[in-house]
Amino acid sequence: MLFRLSSRLFWSAVTLLGTAVLTFLLVNAVPGDVARVIAGPKASADVIKAIHTKFHLDEPIWKRLGYHLNDLAHGDLGQSFVTEQPVAEAILTRLPTTAAVSALAIVMWMLLAVPLGVLTAKYSGSWFDRIVLVLSTLSLSLPAFWLARMLQYSLSYKLGWFPVAGFRGFSHLLLPAATLALLTVGYYARLVHSNMTEVLNSPYIRAARAKGASETAVLFKHGLRNAMIPVITVLGMDVAGLLGGVLFVENVFALPGIGTLAVQSVFNLDVPVIMGTVMFSAVIVVGANLVVDVLYRWIDPRIKSAA
Amino acid sequence: MSKHEPSNLQNETQGWFFEVLHNRLVMAGSCILILLVLSALTAPLWVKAGVLRSPIQQFPTGLDEDGMPMSASGQFYAGTDNLGRDVFSRVIFGTRVSLTVGVAAMLTATLIGVMVGVIAGFHGGKLDLLLMRFTEMNMTLPAILLAVAFAGVMDGRILHLHPSGLPWHWLDVELKRGMASLFLIIGLVCWPGMVRVIRAQVMAVKEREFIMASRALGASDSRLIFHHILPNIMPTVIVMAVMLTANTIMLEAGLGYLGIGVPAPAPTWGSMINDGQPYFITAPHLVIVPGAAIVLTVLAFNLLGQGLQEMLDPKRKG
Repeated sequence: MLFRLSSRLFWSAVTLLGTAVLTFLLVNAVPGDVARVIAGPKASADVIKAIHTKFHLDEPIWKRLGYHLNDLAHGDLGQSFVTEQPVAEAILTRLPTTAAVSALAIVMWMLLAVPLGVLTAKYSGSWFDRIVLVLSTLSLSLPAFWLARMLQYSLSYKLGWFPVAGFRGFSHLLLPAATLALLTVGYYARLVHSNMTEVLNSPYIRAARAKGASETAVLFKHGLRNAMIPVITVLGMDVAGLLGGVLFVENVFALPGIGTLAVQSVFNLDVPVIMGTVMFSAVIVVGANLVVDVLYRWIDPRIKSAA
Repeated sequence: MSKHEPSNLQNETQGWFFEVLHNRLVMAGSCILILLVLSALTAPLWVKAGVLRSPIQQFPTGLDEDGMPMSASGQFYAGTDNLGRDVFSRVIFGTRVSLTVGVAAMLTATLIGVMVGVIAGFHGGKLDLLLMRFTEMNMTLPAILLAVAFAGVMDGRILHLHPSGLPWHWLDVELKRGMASLFLIIGLVCWPGMVRVIRAQVMAVKEREFIMASRALGASDSRLIFHHILPNIMPTVIVMAVMLTANTIMLEAGLGYLGIGVPAPAPTWGSMINDGQPYFITAPHLVIVPGAAIVLTVLAFNLLGQGLQEMLDPKRKG
């Protein structure tokens, strides 16, 4: 177990290092003289030169990669070219908003997806199951930016049920979170459904029924608890996908979160912020994978070392 | 025994055909898709016949007295945009961009994903470990963020692939935003999702008796892979490829929405929504219509994929 854990930790570190190198190479291929972006189009040659020396822009790329990795190792993500704010600070001040929207969204879609998945598994093949299947597929097929705009227009602007945009309190988070939840609920409803179907066909469920357990006990105590293990795993691995949706939804609702920061930085060619947000999301994803992996082994001791 | 599955091919094909007819998901998905493909293919003909307006022509009659976009009417079926262009025609022509980029990106991603998955699953050992870690590295980055960074590179400069000093200019690649670069970007971002499933399938097939038998008869690795393993994992590959197309089309729309898709004046659904946003309050059709087109197309691929999956594995519906 200790060996497994240390080997997992080692590979997580390798993955993060690889991601750091990949993003550095990728982002530094982005065109445009960064010094021009910082100083503006009318800056004199001296100013441009000073900026080049300050950010080591004249040095060969492998040397800059070295500086970058050294900084990362010290937890330094650099500072924004545009606002000169330290990137780590920019991300951390925006983290609570993004975390709150994401957490609220996860709660919302889980509250919907779990009952839907259980019921469709119990009444598998019925018209109810088929309708939920088609609606789930529809929810998978909605573009985040479009759904966000439509809901914003109809529910906030026309009906006035929610604030239109911005962030001044909890109520401003409701519609963005609901948008994210609607985009994802279909996928999780199917996931719970297929795991639940598999569990309900297993011998121990027949045994539970045979000993006279009530249907509720069979479904929720024996069935759901086992069906949820793979669902939680997917949830842990799905953080990258969630961030993709958050990016669009935050932009439409003008929430000051990490997604808005990422899109702004791409348009401003703000290289340190781009790399910072990508690295940050990589850390979150790798961390979530690690936690899920460890939890998984602890919840279900049958899984020992299946690579 | 080189043919591992001696079967009555005709019977099998007929069985598939009836199954397809009976699966409503597959039928619904393929009907929508056939309609979309037909309209994409025939769109220029309709323009020539005068039934459909040109998607890039700006009509003076398409703007009202204040120079604002007009909503749907008998003249313009889905209204006009802020430049007086016909939204209906632009949405129809957008089908061409979306389907071309989406399918080409799917093929790119499938090719890479299957290759990595098959090599990792078949070879095993250290190579497997290395390939899987590399795949995981790619999975940690949100696809859209990665695609945005890639798309930024495409600024029209020239990439010299030839060794310096040699005048091999046919090796120069112009990095330009267009359909080709876009599908390559999306393909390069989407492949990691396939690897795990393909690898698991290959590992399962590899252990079956007929593989052992042909190995005993002296079949080479490449023969095992191309004649025995690939045909056996093909159904899974097809289902995953269909579902992947839904993702690639969505990503193309997302990049268009962020303003870094196929450049103007080409009509793409994502860029139409982006351009229409400032007029949303007075002319919501500028956002609603292209969005509905995206939903319909992505839904068609998802339904088809869902249905094919059921046919493949009837006991695990969903």
